[in-house]
Amino acid sequence: MDALVEQFFNLEIMAKALPLVLKGLGITLLICAVVIPLGLAGGLLAALGSVSRNRALRWISIGFVDVFRALPPLVLLIFIYAGLPFAGLSLSPFVAVIIGFFLNNSAYFAEILRAGLLSVPKGQIEAARSTGLGRAQTLIWVTLPQAVRNVLPDLLSNVVEVVKLTSLASVVSLGEMLHAAGLVRSITYNASPLVLAAGLYLVLLWPLIRVIGRFERRITH
Amino acid sequence: MMLSPDLPGASSGVALSIENLHKSFGTEPVLKGLDLAVGRSEMVFVLGPSGSGKSTMLRCCNRLEEPDSGEIFIEGDRLTGPGVDLNKIRQRIGMVFQSFNLYPHLNALGNVTLALRQVQKMPRAQAEAAGLDALDRVGLSARARHYPAQLSGGQQQRVAIARALALKPSVMLFDEPTSALDPELVGDVLDVMRDMKAQGMTMLVVSHEMKFARDAADRVIFMDHGRIVETGPPEQIFGNPQEDRTRAFLSRFHG
Amino acid sequence: MDRFLDTFFNMAVLGRYAPAILDGALITVVLSLLIVSTGIALGAGLACLRAYRIGPVSFAIVIFADVWRALPPLVLILLAFFGLPNVGVVLSSFMVLYLVLMLVLAAFAEEIVWAGITATPKGQWEAARSTGLSFTRALVFVVLPQAVRMVIPPLTNRAIAITKMTALGMVIGVPDILGQATTAQSFSANASPLTLAAIAYVILFLPLVIASRWLEARFTPPGA
Repeated sequence: MDALVEQFFNLEIMAKALPLVLKGLGITLLICAVVIPLGLAGGLLAALGSVSRNRALRWISIGFVDVFRALPPLVLLIFIYAGLPFAGLSLSPFVAVIIGFFLNNSAYFAEILRAGLLSVPKGQIEAARSTGLGRAQTLIWVTLPQAVRNVLPDLLSNVVEVVKLTSLASVVSLGEMLHAAGLVRSITYNASPLVLAAGLYLVLLWPLIRVIGRFERRITH
Repeated sequence: MMLSPDLPGASSGVALSIENLHKSFGTEPVLKGLDLAVGRSEMVFVLGPSGSGKSTMLRCCNRLEEPDSGEIFIEGDRLTGPGVDLNKIRQRIGMVFQSFNLYPHLNALGNVTLALRQVQKMPRAQAEAAGLDALDRVGLSARARHYPAQLSGGQQQRVAIARALALKPSVMLFDEPTSALDPELVGDVLDVMRDMKAQGMTMLVVSHEMKFARDAADRVIFMDHGRIVETGPPEQIFGNPQEDRTRAFLSRFHG
Repeated sequence: MDRFLDTFFNMAVLGRYAPAILDGALITVVLSLLIVSTGIALGAGLACLRAYRIGPVSFAIVIFADVWRALPPLVLILLAFFGLPNVGVVLSSFMVLYLVLMLVLAAFAEEIVWAGITATPKGQWEAARSTGLSFTRALVFVVLPQAVRMVIPPLTNRAIAITKMTALGMVIGVPDILGQATTAQSFSANASPLTLAAIAYVILFLPLVIASRWLEARFTPPGA
């Protein structure tokens, strides 16, 4: 029992790791702040493409979504970070992470938004068009607000997944939270910094998970 | 007022004119060369069995369905063909749907003012005044801040009518406006339509409300298989139909 | 173009390392099958247990599901791989990867199946119980069969997402597809092994993604 506490809950080591881990948390949040809006924007474009009447556009969009849903994000990230330099394109870890996660998340957000767009009854679009609203105006003022509302729990779930995904950036030595904690672990040979990072992930994500649960219940009942 | 169905579209007394309208879904022809002119302030009722093309005709009148061929004029202005500013001309044609199609994320006033604000670019205060005025005409200005989910079906349909009225259209199209309503809520919607007629609105109505048609319509049209079979004043269509198909259809309704 | 081909599709490199990546693919497939079968079984079992509404048991299940859904799998993998040996529990990297991903999937599966159970109308329970079925029989024969239809699309999506995470094994040295590819890439100083890995993942997972799309269309009730 003592060994367990010593190995996983060593407060002294946690205290030492805290500044570095908090700095890592800052980078974690920064990645999220960049990737979530980008992913939503890319996802919306791909979602619109996937419900378009233009067959070519539809297939390209669905192909994009399916390929990036099939590819593990770590594979994508390593391909961008470690593969592209061989072709003379060296990217900083941060840029590589942003590009990789953007592609991955666009696909996931696209799939969610596509379901949202399809959930809006056709009559809504007809009503809007019959009052003279154009295609884009109908999308912005009528279709999209309803689409987002209908899939809000799924969108929030994906936000949770993005936060968790940022931990992969540690693999390409971007100093986000897990990387910082892993660094201190490798110096101290003690797992407590990892527990500290895990605790911070919990503080960050548990409330969100509870909120999503409540949303889901409200929608199914 | 009586108008023959083949009046030319540009005539001054005609609000809406349809000329030789054709429409198919796939290989299935739905409208087979339809001609119809609706005079200013006239209320024309369209009857017919399901699949006769009534709704398709109505939906072609603001090009929610794209006609295959034929012309449609609204107060002499051509609606069909390329180069028409569809969004502008649609504001002159109000449409009321069977399923209301109110925007669930906006309250009654928001539903009514959306097109005023976004298409006509009215300032908020002016749009809200116009919206309240339209809601008042359907007797619902007191419900302006209610969301569709908080309104009864009849109230929702009246808000939908106000949404169209607020744009000050020249013509109103009604696509089975009372079919989705509980029987006790139908009356309120019909009362609103009667008021609109009294104020001189031009209306083209697809509906099965025979009694209302008999009371309020200026003219009744019977459609079958994509063609107008018979047209005449309600007394004639209901009292002494000339065509066998009309008679057969009406007898089924009277049971 | 030549440079591009030489970098990403170098035939000599591809030929040399294809067998290793094929070995990796076998590990990825075996791991995935183990994770999906046991993870979903455990999750569904926990959801059924929760249906009995025994206070402390339900509470423990909810905490388990919340924590394992909130924590990034890579954090859990590193914790298990580097932490457990220090308290005398030594697991192979394969075992660590399997256990962590299996439990993560179980946590998600529990929540999804539970949502399916609670979404089954109360009248179904009442009808079953009124004909004399015990709680367990009502659950097994009436409620679960209805819940299954509702949970298949989300469960499929989640299972795909989590089996894709077997790629995380590379970090702790599991010789799966990505592990083999990164090793090969550092030996060959060429990106082709990574291309091959990406292709291998797409070949393995794209059919599943497309199948999930089909399942979604088939099992999602209209308007839901």
